[in-house]
Amino acid sequence: MIRLEPRLTRPKWLSVAVPVGSIIVAAILGALLITLSGNDAGATYGRIGDRAFGSVTAWSDTILAATPLLLTGLAAAAAFKMGLFNIGGQGQFVMGAVAASGAGLLLGDLGGFVAIPAMILAGMLAGAVWAAIPGFFKTRFGTNEVITTLMFNYIAANIASFLIFGSESFWRLLTGSGKVFPQGKPIAEDAVWPAFGGGGFNMPLGFILGCVAAVALWALYRYTRFGFEIGVVSDSPEAARYAGINVPRTGLAIMTLSGALAGLGGASDVGDIRHLLDPKGLGQTGYGYTGIVVAALARWNPIAVIPVSILLGALANAGRSLQGATFPAGLVGTLQGLLLFCAVSGEFLTRYRIRRGARRPAKATAEVIGA
Amino acid sequence: MTPGGTGADAASAASPGRHSTSDAVSGAHPAVSMRGITKRFAGGVVANDGVDLDVAPGEVHALLGENGAGKSTLSNVLTGLYRQDEGTVSLFGQPVSFTSPKDAIAAGVAMVHQHFRLVTKFTVAENFLLGSGGNFDAKHAAERITALGKEYGLEVDPNANVWELSVGEQQRVEILKALDRRAKVLILDEPTAVLTPQESDALFATMRRMVEDGRSVIFISHKLQEVMKVSDRVTTLRDGKTVGTVVTKETTSAELARLMVGRSVVFNEDDIEDRPEADPDRLVLDVKNLSADGVRPQSSPKNVDLQVHAGEIVAICGVSGNGQRELAASIYGIRKRTSGTVAVDGVQSMAKGPRESTKLGLAFIPEDRLKTGLSASLPIHANLALKGYRFPPMSSGPFLKHKVMRANAEDLVKRYGIKTPSIDTPTRVLSGGNVQKVLLAREIGSKPHVLIASTPTRGLDVGAIETVRSLLMDAARGGTGVLLITEDLDEAMALAHRLVVMFEGRIVGEFLRGDFDIEKIGLLMGGHTDKDGAA
Repeated sequence: MIRLEPRLTRPKWLSVAVPVGSIIVAAILGALLITLSGNDAGATYGRIGDRAFGSVTAWSDTILAATPLLLTGLAAAAAFKMGLFNIGGQGQFVMGAVAASGAGLLLGDLGGFVAIPAMILAGMLAGAVWAAIPGFFKTRFGTNEVITTLMFNYIAANIASFLIFGSESFWRLLTGSGKVFPQGKPIAEDAVWPAFGGGGFNMPLGFILGCVAAVALWALYRYTRFGFEIGVVSDSPEAARYAGINVPRTGLAIMTLSGALAGLGGASDVGDIRHLLDPKGLGQTGYGYTGIVVAALARWNPIAVIPVSILLGALANAGRSLQGATFPAGLVGTLQGLLLFCAVSGEFLTRYRIRRGARRPAKATAEVIGA
Repeated sequence: MTPGGTGADAASAASPGRHSTSDAVSGAHPAVSMRGITKRFAGGVVANDGVDLDVAPGEVHALLGENGAGKSTLSNVLTGLYRQDEGTVSLFGQPVSFTSPKDAIAAGVAMVHQHFRLVTKFTVAENFLLGSGGNFDAKHAAERITALGKEYGLEVDPNANVWELSVGEQQRVEILKALDRRAKVLILDEPTAVLTPQESDALFATMRRMVEDGRSVIFISHKLQEVMKVSDRVTTLRDGKTVGTVVTKETTSAELARLMVGRSVVFNEDDIEDRPEADPDRLVLDVKNLSADGVRPQSSPKNVDLQVHAGEIVAICGVSGNGQRELAASIYGIRKRTSGTVAVDGVQSMAKGPRESTKLGLAFIPEDRLKTGLSASLPIHANLALKGYRFPPMSSGPFLKHKVMRANAEDLVKRYGIKTPSIDTPTRVLSGGNVQKVLLAREIGSKPHVLIASTPTRGLDVGAIETVRSLLMDAARGGTGVLLITEDLDEAMALAHRLVVMFEGRIVGEFLRGDFDIEKIGLLMGGHTDKDGAA
């Protein structure tokens, strides 16, 4: 008989083995699907690997594709770690893009030193507000944040759409081709975010900011009183209340922080990638949702979000450039889904162990130390 | 009937020995006969240890005992929820062996639990039909409910949704269900805990009517007055053992109180050498007129005045659910006070919550140690810093000082002899005694003016209990005023300088060391006040 038993302790090696194992299992399941669809799995994976990491330019594209995922991944990791299911990364990302493009359009003429910090701040602020509203209702009235943050995604998407397709707003291009096809007004050259590197390799500013944010988040958890409080609240809200920690306020702060990170992602999308507000593009890419996959695979660890976002960025990058008759459509999305599925199942294994044999109820007590 | 005016005399005269079944109402086979029931649980807890119980047909038989005396375990054995490890159960002379509550119901044994087993979104009639064997004739059921209700004084609207009913009405539905299934033995587990006095009286009338029909009612309670009022005989359990069965008419509340609480009425006070000395000149905890909202009205503290001096141990005794838990929480500041003031070592608390209490020097060991007092999955060093992390030297500004936190943890682990592989071990993997040591080390280690300890030894093994008690004594010796909340009278009498009894949120009695009267204490815990004449 096979049965599950809760683990008393979680060995350290598991936190590496489980995500790696999840990726391998997802790859195997993906290979099965590719084979079933009549394609050569080995060759397909080979092409993905080549397009993602095969050259300096491939790496550069992968990092660029990873940038929004890094930030939405951090956003999800921050909230989910505390048991706050912020599904609203997408909406916070969109609102970040709206605010950052607005700031870029408004201040672009003042030069990069003014416009770029303004875009960063505007994006973070908009994302923060967009998360703080459902966060407030969650912590004050106990509304379900899964539903409210999800609804806020639609509101954000519609606001962005309205600005470009539904009105002649400040964001919309009203000259040239903009007269024929509704589209966003590009920000000034000076407001475009710089990239660093050389020899064909470019590291976008957003990615650097993301890495800084990841380290900062890690340091926040590790070295500050607030981080200590987050640890206690995540583990036991009741013990936190007993210790005098303001549990609702901590939750609201984390929601706001999470939203700010997603909003920064939206700002980077404007500054690093699109240089204008593109509601359709934002909707199609769904970075906010992919960020949840990233965070789950990283097991809510902000440092681990960096490599995981590169991995998923690689998939996205390869998927985009390989699109065509010989490359199964929807494969990248399917692989992402498989990754999330395997990551969540793997998370289960870190909490329980599988045992074979008859039930021995005394087992758990025997392991208790000093009993 | 008035519970004996000559209580004290009767108690000393009457023997607590067992009255044999022949005293019972009927001479035939007893309705229920449980012999030598022993039930052990994992971890070495013996909930029932050779318990005997005989219930005659047509009697209300009270099962009396404190929390944890084994009443619920015994009734769960009788209803097939648990299987006894040893002993036999017979119904009307026939040995039975139940493997599930279904068997028990088929044999005519039904139980009304403290927490009702009703589907609140269904109507009364629909609940009636649940588990009645697939006969979903709602109209018929409604008629039966009305008829049975009339007969037993249990009127309830069959078409009302259960969630619309009061708790008392929901209880009626449960009883009606049992009657409908032709229960010959009905077990009521603390049925009056949720009722108003008027509802309780109505229930007692119903109970009498049921036994007039020849049914047997087992009435589980720790309220002496009610037991005296409604039962024919009383079996008392203590620490999982039968203390004795007495005929209600031949006993008094005082005797029952003694049977319920006191194994050794004379307590050996010499057990404790070097008892800490209270300093009458230094008041460390001064609670005035404190009221707060409890989970139920009975558990709301009402106008409580309480003083603890430096080095003094004050025990609050009472049956659980009488407001002790809420009192502790509202002094400490995790529960709102609706009135009153708290001063710690002369400094008024502003009711700002736990952080203020910590600063004032008020430490608190909550009863739920691993869920409330500690963050179970966090390492020991974090739990030992749970109160101090916000203040220097463990942090400076917004930053933690890990070195200080770890050194503090290493020191406390050593000083309090906490058995753990390392200070990085998750707290939940420690044994119960060591978990409690972590909590005590943190709370006492901060050298507080006042320590509130809520049932600090509950669920621990003997060795750990000794350790915890001596740590409390040490704290008092160091000048801390200790407020000990306990359901264990022996513990209270062993440790306390002063003993305060709480009933339904009020302080109903106070005893000084040397003047501890276990009978009086037991009566007060059971809701008897002096004017009832029993004490």
